[in-house]
This record gives sequence, structure tokens and C-alpha cells, in this order.
Amino acid sequence: MNREITRQFDVLVVGGGPAGISAALSAAEQGAHVGIVDDNHNLGGQIWRGEATNCTSAASHWINGLSGKGVESLCAARVVDQIGPNTLLAETADHICELSYSKLVLATGARERFLPFPGWTLPNVMGAGALQALVKSGLPVHGKRVVIAGTGPLLLAVASCLRKHGAKIAIICEQASRASLARFGFSLLAYPQKIRQALSLRKDLSGIRFVPDCWPVAAIGDGVLEQLTLARGNDVENISCDYLACGFHLVPNTELPSLLGCRLRDGFVEVDDFQRTSAPDVFCAGEPTGIGGLELSLVEGQIAGLAAAGNVGDAHKLFRSRARLQKFKKKLDHAFTLRPELKKLPQPETIVCRCEDVTYGTLSRYRSWRAAKLRTRSGMGPCQGRVCGPATEFLLGWTPDSVRPPIFPARLQSLGTIPNIEPAQYEAMRGNQ
Amino acid sequence: MSRAAYDVAIVGAGIVGAACANECARHGMRVVLIDQDSAGGGATNAAMGHIVVMDDSEAQFSLTRYSQQLWQELKPQLPDDVEYEQCGTIWVAADEDEMQAVRRKHAYYSRDGVPVEVLDSESLRRLEPNLRNGLAGGLLVPEDGVLYPPCAARFLMERAQASGTTISLGVQVSRMGNGCVRLSDGGEFSAPVIVNAAGAASPMLTPGIEVKKRKGHLVITDRYPGLVRHQLVELGYLKSAHSVISDSVAFNIQPRRTGQVLIGSSRQFGAENNEVDHQILARMVQRASHYMPALAHTSAIRVWTGFRAATPDKLPLIGPWPEDSTLYLATGHEGLGITTSLATARLLVAQITGGTTEIPVEPYLPARTGSMEHLHA
Amino acid sequence: MPEQITLMVNGRSVSVARGATVAVAVTVAGMHCRNSVTGEPRGPLCGMGICFECRVEIDGALHQRSCQILCASGMNVRTNEQGNYKTI
Repeated sequence: MNREITRQFDVLVVGGGPAGISAALSAAEQGAHVGIVDDNHNLGGQIWRGEATNCTSAASHWINGLSGKGVESLCAARVVDQIGPNTLLAETADHICELSYSKLVLATGARERFLPFPGWTLPNVMGAGALQALVKSGLPVHGKRVVIAGTGPLLLAVASCLRKHGAKIAIICEQASRASLARFGFSLLAYPQKIRQALSLRKDLSGIRFVPDCWPVAAIGDGVLEQLTLARGNDVENISCDYLACGFHLVPNTELPSLLGCRLRDGFVEVDDFQRTSAPDVFCAGEPTGIGGLELSLVEGQIAGLAAAGNVGDAHKLFRSRARLQKFKKKLDHAFTLRPELKKLPQPETIVCRCEDVTYGTLSRYRSWRAAKLRTRSGMGPCQGRVCGPATEFLLGWTPDSVRPPIFPARLQSLGTIPNIEPAQYEAMRGNQ
Repeated sequence: MSRAAYDVAIVGAGIVGAACANECARHGMRVVLIDQDSAGGGATNAAMGHIVVMDDSEAQFSLTRYSQQLWQELKPQLPDDVEYEQCGTIWVAADEDEMQAVRRKHAYYSRDGVPVEVLDSESLRRLEPNLRNGLAGGLLVPEDGVLYPPCAARFLMERAQASGTTISLGVQVSRMGNGCVRLSDGGEFSAPVIVNAAGAASPMLTPGIEVKKRKGHLVITDRYPGLVRHQLVELGYLKSAHSVISDSVAFNIQPRRTGQVLIGSSRQFGAENNEVDHQILARMVQRASHYMPALAHTSAIRVWTGFRAATPDKLPLIGPWPEDSTLYLATGHEGLGITTSLATARLLVAQITGGTTEIPVEPYLPARTGSMEHLHA
Repeated sequence: MPEQITLMVNGRSVSVARGATVAVAVTVAGMHCRNSVTGEPRGPLCGMGICFECRVEIDGALHQRSCQILCASGMNVRTNEQGNYKTI
């Protein structure tokens, strides 16, 4: 049967990336009893994946600080539902966990945006961060020819990592215009740390062809990726490759915040100066409040952690840093806006919903996400719309449905967990919706 | 909004309304089908999609049997996305008491020529290897089936449309009566016959209809082909459907053509919001796992709720509303809307045109409701 | 040299470094993870456990996200090479 774990925390942090880690540490330093939960096997999230054991990195400094402060980590644990007013239900491979809290910090991060184009479903076509994650999980790429495409600073970070693992980067195609990138590059002058990062990357990537105003048009291969067709204005180029690492910037993981009743604005979680959401006792830090990069996530995490632990004075001291970094966030948004040509990429027979193999031609007949969902099952598969949702939002202007539990596919027996609360409390629980 | 000339105006484009529109159109009537949402926006889209002969009463048995046969006749014309599968139902008996009920059911169904077969525990295990050990047996009803409701409703609606029916979706109705369907935006449709097929919302349009919302939950899993082969229902399902006051769950699962398993069922009165109720969901899931332990480890990818339209005597309302000579009802189908939609349409149209009906209509007449007062406990 | 562990992928013995995920083992074995509902070959897309394209069968359990699961010695991995789940 189901083996249950029950835990109570002063501050529970969901998400073990930079924002979550900094929130957990900050709260723990105030003496709070803190728990941090993450779906991956180790803390670090996406950007710090595998960094826990790299003792020279800043990441490991943060991560290793946690156990010193008595923070309890629950890794390989997925939050699937809210089971009580201040209790979340999480699943591991063998257990069901009921995690109760006085304060909650949501640091659920972001995921890549995927845009469909002919052949994008071929094996070895994947996200940019995805290929990096796989390489860090042991995928051998030494000597393999890789094309990196899409948009966003992530492309460069991925290129650097892959190169270090011996991959041959054939080209980096960035759909943003040369002018946008120049403006963005220029604006980095205000951020010394970012300049250092940029220069370091430049060194890592020397000799690699970097092409702006360029995007993938078709992936070709017999059962697996063999070559890629790229467009640059009116020019077209074919490049043979073993892997395509392609992602179009990031979208926030707002499913859990939505489930808990946090108000969203323009698709991001609305927070006040102390990173408080509209849901009582719930804070949010990092990418779900706006895609802003590592340093901003760290500061927001600290503010949320301090505020959750009751130290608003020290939280307040970080407001200036945050404000400076939020300006960077705005520049990020502008620089990497998706160009309209990308809307023309999918052909009628291009699959958009990969879980249910629904094509663009089929989907474009419907006027809303919901109508398409019911008739075609698009969005009703296990990814719960995480892949096709952002794509259809860009291509067709659809907004997805409201979020329902489970926010992640869960073992049926987990849904059989009888909650430990009075029925009357349910109404109160959902009352802030 | 234009005042067009229609013979029938139907409010509610769920499976029942769509079936009625289709049937009216088949009889050459000019029809307008109206819904505040898209087609099937109420219980239809949330429904399990079973086609099942049920014997809670003679009248229910007649109606479900008649309609099941109509579905079988329609089957060759159903497009692929309706996913009609004649997988059959097995009523599962947990013990000897329930086996007695199985034998009674067998006699009852056989009397009316419904093919049925009693299964002992050996045969039950052979047909459904993933049910738990120790069950006594069951009753197989091979002509029952399942389909995918949103596409079935759409098929019927499009058929009606092909016969000239006007479809008016996303349109809110504020009042209906006296040959007129008044819309919130001030427009109206008039017709000598107006039909309230608005399911759980029907009492809002026709005050006095004895229909109450009965909330249900469903869970769907990822694809596990072959895990479940027939629709499976516990004999206690009828007790659950029968109860008028308390919350109840019953084991009822079905395979979808995709290989996904659909898990139900739950019933609650008085629950007004469509939020997932964790308590009853947990009970429902535990009940299902009790009958089929293998389900416990399946991946549940979605949970949703829906509202059935329940009447005090468990029978739908099909026919003229005594207080308004223009108004007909086609509502109150509880958990049998998909099953009985086709028969409902036939009975409705026969009453509109004065034609004969295949089965007696008296048990379903709205006029009977005067005698039902005592039944809503 | 990191410790190597051995597991089975579709009956073939595969050796990977400890800490590698099952998705890596499937790739090293020269296979792809699953076929889609219309029979297309698929492999990992997101690398972080949300796209479900990397699903495989591990020790009899279906729908395991291979990019999120570490290889263990003696694991029996099967990919859905036979075809899609169209019929029951």
C-alpha cells in the first residue's frame, strides 16, 4: 500500500533551483524550520543542475549551506495537489508525502517554450536546456555535431556547456535581430557581473558561428534527426547535424501558484514588494514572477525567505538590488521577443500536441483552447498542456483553461489519500479564487 | 437579432438537445438549436460516455434498452472520432448475495431479449484478469458500449445542421415560454414548439422543474491497453444512484479506445461548485482500487467534475410541460443522458407530431411530477 | 573512471556510468524511447520531466519518465518500439 510521509514546516519551499535554495537558506538562517522539495534527484533546478558537487561553483556554496542550517530536502518529489488549507501532497517513487506549512514559498521556475515546425518531433530534436540537462545526466556528445537554435541567453550558456563536453557546435541561430541583440548587449554595460559572464562566454564560444535573424524551418531525417533547414531572411541553408537543441526562451511554471489561488498578471504570478502572492501565506520568487535570470532569482528568493520567516527589515534591505536586476529583466523581454515569421513555421500536417498527435491543420479550425481540447484531445495528455499550451498561445492566441488537480500526473493511489480536514474547510480553502 | 421562422426551438446543445435537433430535422422540421456555451458544454463533455441498459425500474429498462438499440443502428454511420466501442458491460458481484442479484438481472434482461450471460468467478477472471481475487462472478451484457461524448454530440448536431438546423452557440437564454425563447441580449427566437433540454440548468429556465444538480467526479489514466476490457460496474452502483440524499461512490470504470481507463463514479447533492472534492475523490479512488488493485499504480493524468440533472424518481422528463402548451421538456437524465439521448429524441418528436412511440411514454411525462413531491427527501 | 553499471534495454545489455539516467541508457543502446499515438518515433524533448516524450517501461511499470530516473544495476527497460496504443 501507500507509504506515507507527513511533515510540518515553518516554511516550505517548492522548487530547488536558485530562487528556492536562496529562500530556504534565508529562512533557515532566521531560525525557521524549513523544508525544500524538488522533482529532480539533486537540488539545483535547471541552471544549477549538477552543480551541487562542483565545489568551486557559487551554486554549491548555496546548496551545501542548506544542510548546515537544518533544511530538510525532499528530492525526486513532485507536488501534485493541495490537500488541505496549508498542506500539499507530493509524490516520490515509493511514497506519498503530506507537507504542511505555516508559510509557503513557490520557486517553481520556468520551462522552455517549444514552437512546432516540420520535423520537430524527430528524436534528437529537443530543447536547448534539455540537451544540456541530458548531457549533464550522462548523454555522450563528444564529437557529435550540434545545432543550437531558438532564442534567449540560454542558447549561449548551452553552447558553452556542450562545447566543454566535446560537442561540435555547427551554428547558433538566434531568431532575434542583430539590432535587438546589439541593444541588449549594450544595456549589459550596467551590469558588471553580466559583462563578466558575457566576456567569459565569448571566450568559451570563440570560433563558433553565431547568426542572428535566423531560425529553424524544418528538421529532416529518417526516424532520427539528420539535417536541419534554417532560414535567414529570404536565404535558406541546410546543415547536417546529430542534435538540434532548440528552445524559444522560457515560460513560467505557474500551475501550482494557480492551483493555490495566486493571482496572475500577463501570465506571471503577481507579488508585492515582499514577494507575497494574493494567496494567504504564499510567497513566490524567481521565474514564475517574471523571467529575469539567475541573480534576480537569488535576490527574490532571499526576500521571500526572509519575509516568510518574519524578518521584513532585512528583506527590505534587498529591495534596491532587486530593482536594479528587474531592469535587466525588462531588457531581456524586449530583446528576445518572438518574431512573426515563427507563426508561419508549422504546416497543416505539423504535429502541435505531441501527446495526442494533433496537427496544426486540425487545431487551427477551433476558436479556443477548450473547444480544441474536447474535440481533439489536444492538451489532455500527460504533459497537461505544458508543451502545446505556450505554442498555441503564440500561434493562435489561445489562453489555456484554469488549472485543476492533479497539477502533474499522479499515481492513482495518491489521489486516494483521504485528506485530514473537515469538509467545511474546503470552501474556505478555495474561497480566495 | 432576427425573428426567423422555426418549427422548433431547442435550448441546450448537449447530447440530448443535439439528438432532439437531429430527430426533429429528420422529420422535416425547421429547427434552431441554442446553447450558452459550445455544444456539450454541460454534463455531456464531462460524461463517461457509457451506453448501458439499466434496470432500476421497468421504465428505465425500457428506455435504456430502446436507446441502446438505436445506438447500435446508428453505429455504422458514426465517424471514427466518436470512438464507439461495443465493449459490453460486466456487472460485478462481490459475493453470493450479489450473485443472486446477478441471476435476477439475468432473468429480467433475458425476458426482454437482451443478450446476457452469467459469469462465474472463473469466467470473470478470464474476461477481466485484473479484477481482484475473490469476486463471485458477474453479469455480462455484451451489447452495451462506450463512446466519446463531445464528438458524439457534435456528430448529432452537425447532422441536424446538414438537414437545415440553425445552430446558435454562445448565446445566453434569459427566459423561455409561450412559444418564445428570449435571449439576454434582447433578441429572441419564436416557434410553436420550444424545448428545454438544458440539463442541470433546466430549472433556471422553467421554474418548477424537479431537477437537481448531482455532482460527479471522474479520473482518467494514461494509456494501459488491455488493463480493462469491458465497462465494469459494481452491483452497488444502483444503490448509489438510488440514494437521494447522501454522498456516495460506486465502482464504475471503463476502457476508452485510446487504452486510457476512465474511473468513476461519485454522486453528491447540494454541491454547487465544480471544484474537485478531495474527500469524495479519495473514496471513489479507493473503491476502484479495491475492485481492481492494478489501478493503484496507474498514472492519473486528469480529474474533473460534472453535474448530472437528477429527478426524484430517477426517470427523465420527456414531453409537454403542463403549464405551457408550447413548451416541451427533454431533461433530467441523471447518469443516462448519453445512453438515452436517442430514445429521448424519438419520444419527444413522436409527442410533438402526434405519432406513435415504440415504448410507452407515460413514465417520462413531465405531467407526472405532481406525484413526485414526496420523493425528494 | 566513474563506476559503470549494467542494465537491459529491450533485451540488450547496456553499460553506463553511475548517475546516468535511463534516457541516456536508451540512447546509448541506439534506440528511441517510445512511439507516439500515430506511430512516430519519439525521444526526450524537455529533459526536465514535463513533456512525457521520454516514457519507457521499467521493470514492468509503464509510463516512466526516463530522463528523470537514474539507472540501477539490473534494471529491465523496454521501449514502446512495437507501436502505438491505438487499440485495446
